[in-house]
Amino acid sequence: MERSRLIQAMEDILGPEGVIHEREQLRTYECDGLMNYRVIPDLVVLPVNAEQVQKIVRLCYDEGIPYVARGSGTGLSGGALPVESGVLIVMSRMKRILEVDLENERVVVEPGVINLWVSQEVADEGYYYAPDPASQLVSSIGGNLAENSGGVHCLKYGFTTNHVTGAEVVLPDGSVAHLGGGKAPDEPGYDLLGAFVGSEGTLGIATSITLRVLRKPEAVRTLLAAFKDTEEAGDAVSGIIGGGIVPAAIEMMDRLCLEAVEVAVSPGFPDAGAVLIVELDGPEAEVENQFERTMKICEDSNASEIRVAEDDAERALFWKGRKAAFAAMGRVSNDYYVQDSVVPRTELGAVLKRISDLGEEYGMRVANVFHAGDGNLHPLVLYDGEVEGEAEKAEKLAGDIVFACLEHGGSLTGEHGIGEDKKKYMPKMFTEEDLDTMQLLRCAFDPHYLCNPGKMFPTPRLCGERPGPFRMHPVQKAGLAELF
Amino acid sequence: MTERNGGGRGEDRYNATDATERRGDEGTFREEAMAESIGAGSPEDVGQSTYAAGDSVRQTVGIGRSTESGSYTFPAFDDHHPPEKDLIDDCVHCGFCLPTCPTYVLFGEEMDSPRGRIYLMNKGLTEEPMNDQMVRHFDLCLGCMACVTACPSGVQYDKLIEATRGQVERRYERSAEDKAFREMIFQLFPYPNRLRLAAGPMRLYQRLGIRDRLRKSGVMNRIPSRLRAMEALLPDVPKEEKVPEVTPAVGEKRARVGVLLGCVQRVFFSPVNAATVRVLAAEGCEVVAPKQGCCGALSTHAGREEESLNFARKTIDTFENEDLDYFVINAAGCGSTMKEYGYLLRDDPEYAERAKAFSEKVRDVSEFLQQLGPRAERHPLPVTAAYHDACHLAHAQGVRQQPRQTLKQIPGMQVKEIREAEVCCGSAGIYNMVEPEPAEELGERKAKNILATGARMIVTSNPGCMLQIQASLKRMGHDELPMAHPMEVLDASLRGEPVETLLR
Ligand SMILES: Cc1cc2nc3c(=O)[nH]c(=O)nc-3n(C[C@H](O)[C@H](O)[C@H](O)COP(=O)(O)OP(=O)(O)OC[C@H]3O[C@@H](n4cnc5c(N)ncnc54)[C@H](O)[C@@H]3O)c2cc1C
Ligand code: SF4
Ligand code: SF4
Repeated sequence: MERSRLIQAMEDILGPEGVIHEREQLRTYECDGLMNYRVIPDLVVLPVNAEQVQKIVRLCYDEGIPYVARGSGTGLSGGALPVESGVLIVMSRMKRILEVDLENERVVVEPGVINLWVSQEVADEGYYYAPDPASQLVSSIGGNLAENSGGVHCLKYGFTTNHVTGAEVVLPDGSVAHLGGGKAPDEPGYDLLGAFVGSEGTLGIATSITLRVLRKPEAVRTLLAAFKDTEEAGDAVSGIIGGGIVPAAIEMMDRLCLEAVEVAVSPGFPDAGAVLIVELDGPEAEVENQFERTMKICEDSNASEIRVAEDDAERALFWKGRKAAFAAMGRVSNDYYVQDSVVPRTELGAVLKRISDLGEEYGMRVANVFHAGDGNLHPLVLYDGEVEGEAEKAEKLAGDIVFACLEHGGSLTGEHGIGEDKKKYMPKMFTEEDLDTMQLLRCAFDPHYLCNPGKMFPTPRLCGERPGPFRMHPVQKAGLAELF
Repeated sequence: MTERNGGGRGEDRYNATDATERRGDEGTFREEAMAESIGAGSPEDVGQSTYAAGDSVRQTVGIGRSTESGSYTFPAFDDHHPPEKDLIDDCVHCGFCLPTCPTYVLFGEEMDSPRGRIYLMNKGLTEEPMNDQMVRHFDLCLGCMACVTACPSGVQYDKLIEATRGQVERRYERSAEDKAFREMIFQLFPYPNRLRLAAGPMRLYQRLGIRDRLRKSGVMNRIPSRLRAMEALLPDVPKEEKVPEVTPAVGEKRARVGVLLGCVQRVFFSPVNAATVRVLAAEGCEVVAPKQGCCGALSTHAGREEESLNFARKTIDTFENEDLDYFVINAAGCGSTMKEYGYLLRDDPEYAERAKAFSEKVRDVSEFLQQLGPRAERHPLPVTAAYHDACHLAHAQGVRQQPRQTLKQIPGMQVKEIREAEVCCGSAGIYNMVEPEPAEELGERKAKNILATGARMIVTSNPGCMLQIQASLKRMGHDELPMAHPMEVLDASLRGEPVETLLR
């Protein structure tokens, strides 16, 4: 389809105010939270309701035009990176909270709703939405769903997937499906919702999402402990978890990270080699008991200072410092490259040591801030993109860090997704059969390979080229895949 | 069903090209006529002649010949103070600034967000031209600096947008009517006497009921949107409460301070100035109010570089030799600009040092009073007030607690927080006159949030916000809600006046 005709067709669906086609304007959409990859989309469209999304997708399907969904564009793996000659479908105007049903502890939202708004909406009634990515004040529920985002409290409460109970989805052929549940907890049949959560926008576009909200815990206690280095802090982490305590969160920041955060939001953190933030929540008595024990374990691990948050304001300050960590890197470096590997908690010490050695080898600074409780590392490789070759070097170092994590039995990503950025590492973690199985699912949803193509998988295999073990696929031959 | 931050505003969103299209030939004619009538001569104002801002800079720099609107200049920026690459590079594209940016809240578009604008600035350095699209997105920025507060990476968007605006004014040729309208604003607002004259006749015809008749006859609806916005914004001019050139301190003297009277402040809110001076004196300050001109805030925020620098120099000249400990400012927009003089005049060998020294002594009045510490007795004022953060106070100067503190020190005073406090009310300097549609939407959004607090009155520290919120409340049929500057409230408390004086 000719571009001008496509613009016209989109304007017919969305009105002129819903279609962006001028070059300068399109350029602001050429990358997401990860600036290393840039592609200028052919068109950007801004639907305001599910019906418009459906019409857009159907048009793309009929015309064979690839498209990518985008929420707030804060993804860190290039998931919302546009595709060439493709359409970018931006959900930022679909931001209504559709239903609040606290009797069933559920809230139904449009995908452009920002994570934090959900908690704000139900706060007065004593509820909150548990998944709290550091980007919660800007990232969209649609993006969270697609990335299966997690946050500091996922150690105890789980990731987005544990808090989404249903979704209305426009499938890549333009039909609408309702995945997952209504009000009853368990649905018979395949767990398609489970497959959709974390699919990074490759299986369709969510147009409404049902979330589970929780009652705020009776008691919350938060402490901040300073240590000489990450190793001692790591010992404390092992001590706490080994002691049978499941904190709501345990976060670690190293010296470089602390420096950046201090400049950015002045939380007044201690001057230390590593800082842990530990939060416990639950019934009053249990929290009190465990909190005492946690303090003791920190002391036994040579904590040089322990601060207990006296009130909500102080707790908020601790978290503000933690949550600003990535963005604060701009204070100490022009650019940064963040990895998101997960390693078994028992390997933390060894991996951190390896990361620091690698940094020295490359002569580059690596800052560490991470979810220590579940071993989800976020090594931030600092570099200056203006200096010839630095970006490549940073990427290579980041790659070596990933390999090191995999060697220690780790995984590629904890919560930021594979997207464009980490797809090349997928074969390191999965066998060809594993990958083919995933491809099959993808082809079932998106047989024409139009929905966020080129992401997640290393070689963009068309659905026509059936991968090995599944060459003769009866389900698809029979056209049953269209049923999804 | 609830709608957050504008909800699905897509359908009725303000269309970027609408405003220009809607203004027909009639509009052009009227605006030009108005510009001419007000722009002529300036006999009554203190000092300060005016400049064809763009031209003189263009000559000094010698580059950046602008072209007709519709075509473009490449690359967008030349090397006379472009948005600095170093500052642009501080942006890590995290998006944390998006939800507090009023234009992103309204339109949900990347290029109308701080992150998008910074991206455009970057592209404008080498890769993209200055054309209508680009300028449009810079123009739509309110300059509210909410993004500066929100940014964990410390991006100095204030400096970036100021540099960008300067480039736009020099290198981009606006349409004739746009130019005329802007010129009229800048021939009017920085000059209290002209402003008073311009607002005066309005007041007269208000009294005669002409406005109501015009409205009923429908003629008003055909007046171009910008003029209509301006008309709706300017209230009656109250009888001027003059401020003496020197007011002695009450009791033991703690400081000798100069006060800026402001332009809009002086014309529409002269009681605020009078209250400020009384409060400062009561707290032990000798207060000096020399004959003075505009501080240049409006021009600075609009990128009229040469004009703004001249206002800044004149203001420094006026105050510098008065032997003052501090320059105390009661209008947020003026204060933020004066704190920036050092940066603005950094290239001027004659003024650079002086401007820096000057800026270091500038304080917002609440900031200053908290620094000084309360001394005079506060009498009770039993009332609940919603405090509205002026962007140029909260975001640009980081002054949030001090005005609240000032109010809370008054016995009986309850201070209510306004939801979405960090989002601009849409006033933003000249914004509500040049971009009336989004400004109106923001104004009504703010008014709704204010009404939701259930407070008996509104307190805020900027004349622009007062005009904007007043106009919005009025449009919504709520003009009964009284409004005051923190200094008027404190003044009432110090003088032991009954709370009713504030609620009239
Ligand atoms: C400073 C910073 C801190 C961060 N901290 C965390 C953290 O602690 N934990 C964490 O998990 N992540 C974190 N992130 C990453 C990011 O915020 C999350 O991945 C977030 O979920 C992305 O949401 P978004 O709305 O920005 O989505 P986008 O970046 O716009 O899109 C992400 C993916 O979702 C897809 N998508 C978007 N909307 C839909 C939809 N309606 N239907 C289907 N697919 C859709 C896109 O195609 C894309 O693949 C952080 C990012 C930044 C910049
Ligand atoms: S100054 Fe205000 S309007 Fe402009 S980009 Fe920043 S937040 Fe948005
Ligand atoms: S918050 Fe700061 S660093 Fe992040 S996108 Fe906005 S301006 Fe850039």
